[in-house]
Amino acid sequence: MSKYLLNKFLYTIDRDPELVERYREDAAGTVSWWEQELANEILNCHTGERSTWLSFTDEERRALREHDHVALFGLGAHPFLTLTLFIAMFERDHGPLEYQKAYGRALQHLSLPYPDIAT
Amino acid sequence: MATVAAVIASTHHPFYYRASTATGADRPPFADEWVAKIEAFRETLTKARPDILVMVGSDHFHQLWLDNMPQFLVGKAPYFDANWYNEEREFGLPRMRLAGDEQLAGHILRNGLDAGFDLAFSNELRIDHSITCPIITLRPDADLPIVPIYTNIFAPPLPRPGRFVELGRTIRQLVESWPSDKRVAIIGTGHLSLELGGPRQFGAHGPDPEFDRKAVEWIARGDVDGCLSEVTLDSLHEPGNATHGFMDFMLMMGVAGAGAKADHVDSLDLFHTMEAYFTWYPNGVPA
Repeated sequence: MSKYLLNKFLYTIDRDPELVERYREDAAGTVSWWEQELANEILNCHTGERSTWLSFTDEERRALREHDHVALFGLGAHPFLTLTLFIAMFERDHGPLEYQKAYGRALQHLSLPYPDIAT
Repeated sequence: MATVAAVIASTHHPFYYRASTATGADRPPFADEWVAKIEAFRETLTKARPDILVMVGSDHFHQLWLDNMPQFLVGKAPYFDANWYNEEREFGLPRMRLAGDEQLAGHILRNGLDAGFDLAFSNELRIDHSITCPIITLRPDADLPIVPIYTNIFAPPLPRPGRFVELGRTIRQLVESWPSDKRVAIIGTGHLSLELGGPRQFGAHGPDPEFDRKAVEWIARGDVDGCLSEVTLDSLHEPGNATHGFMDFMLMMGVAGAGAKADHVDSLDLFHTMEAYFTWYPNGVPA
């Protein structure tokens, strides 16, 4: 399991307006492309140098491909990253704060302690 | 030596800018009360007549990332660009540029290292809403040079609460030992109880009003020991999953000093979170 890699996906998508739209419209295709091309890119570093060992587990890949923010929470993805990106993708389809409230309701079955987010 | 003209601790609510500038049907019903409280808070900084602002905040995964994460970082640069695409997108925050004070930043870095804090530094730092929100609320002209100090309240493992208090005490000593005739305000922002991305987010109030009530008491009375006796890295999960941002308030209690009663205390119970505003004048209330 790689909470770090989940976070890296959310982080790199969220900061690129084109990737936000691409992930919204084609989640499965974007996840496959990203894992192939960007998962091992070392950020803020010499270009051309790559890591050699980063990949998603099946459950992580499924959660990202299905926009399953509840599963991402359960996997320990950083809740701020998930929330920020999902608001960017889906708030537009709802009235003011409707999406944020529904997002919280979808997690109502959870109680403390929440999944550990330490990476 | 430099004078600490004011010590200010505040929440940093990214919705303020949009709420306060909205008009007509877009203006939320709580905007007028919020603006009135902010304008009173702003006056507490204005009358301290600061020359420089030391700004304590926390990067929200903008420039600082998990492949290279500092616990405490000082920005030392002539300028700081500010706010990011995703803050513009979600909160409507404007792009800004603030001047830096490299002399004071260098003094804090050199002497902070010597005082036992292995501070990271950045010579090219784009700051985010943890620092621009208090600029917007407290100094909207953005006309003073700043020294940004980032803390990690966001990506565990985090420093413990006591370390934040100690860093606050040290920042106060470092500013007061700076050979300068400048008046420095030390401003830091954090959170009371807060939940982001979890089941308790965006409720009618903050996720834990009882924690908020106690927190305001601790801060207003300068009750560092009482606060430290109850607040741990583990306990901060209880009031809400983003409540570790309260440690920046604890840092500011360290700056203000144990037992220092705040000269200005205000709060505003909003949906989602409670706002709270504190000002201390270590050298007396300005005329």
